Amino acid sequence: MAITILIVDDSKLARIVAGKAINSLQPDWQRIEASNADEALAVVDSQAVDVALLDYNMPGRDGLALAAELRALRPTMPIAVITANTQDEVIARARSLSASFVAKPVTEEALQGFLAGAALRLRAGRK
Amino acid sequence: MAELTDLERDALTELVNIGVSRAAASLRKLVGEQILLSVPSLEVVSQGVAEALIRERETGDLVAVRQDFTGAFSGRALLIFPHITGVQLARAVLGEELDGEELREMEQEALAETGNIILNGCLATMANMLKESLSMSLPQVVHGKGDDLFDLHGQTEAPGPVLFLYINFSVRNRDIRGYIAMLMNLPSILALKSLVNDFIQRVMEDGEQHAS
Repeated sequence: MAITILIVDDSKLARIVAGKAINSLQPDWQRIEASNADEALAVVDSQAVDVALLDYNMPGRDGLALAAELRALRPTMPIAVITANTQDEVIARARSLSASFVAKPVTEEALQGFLAGAALRLRAGRK
Repeated sequence: MAELTDLERDALTELVNIGVSRAAASLRKLVGEQILLSVPSLEVVSQGVAEALIRERETGDLVAVRQDFTGAFSGRALLIFPHITGVQLARAVLGEELDGEELREMEQEALAETGNIILNGCLATMANMLKESLSMSLPQVVHGKGDDLFDLHGQTEAPGPVLFLYINFSVRNRDIRGYIAMLMNLPSILALKSLVNDFIQRVMEDGEQHAS
């Protein structure tokens, strides 16, 4: 079964950039986009999502607040928070939610580790 | 003509967001507390409306760090606080142990340095991502009310639209809040639009090359 990844970012351009990087690293994955936390939760509620990539600085609830909500719903889902904001508190909060940290601007190189790790975990979980 | 398309606005907001997020990470090291930022707001408005926006936001005495930038696009960047916040910020940077007199002496320097980290950091990241270079003036600490700080009449030769961009920021566990503002006039908006379009083009092409 194909893996579905949810990309949440208020910037359409940032979603395109992340989508292209994901497409070249994991061309078989299905990509779904959301532009804020509410949309993201509606997507997760209505369809199967295996992996989530969340922008940190968004209007409304930020990516860490969304990560906490997703984590409560899906305890083992691979989640990454994307930001150029490398303050200790932001990274610590992501870690405490068992979320990975990906630097913005998103590049294939930056995403590679997270996606490969997520693929491994999902394969192990499905066995 | 000066209006931005949705994608241009999106890309520019994203560039500013990345710039200011990185700058905040540097400032965090200096003040030792988390810096909280809002999502950037960006508007192309007439000079009169820009002045009104500034007046509405802040009515009391303000202190600001001002840096002008020139290059492919030019403008003015400001880090603005209510006056009392300036002292709090100096204390956060310099430490609690300084007494009143020492603190006052160092306040201007602490403000200038903070402004330099935030404004220079943000603009340098933006310039790099746009593959351009900008020269920044030295930070200048100015006191006054809303529109005095922008000095819009001195900045723009001709009346016309300005790009007005601002981000709220605050420091966790400290009574420090303010905002970052940038202003650019029409020739700079047009130059910036063209650079932003080149940037959009590059990020789109990049993905396609890697995908093939």
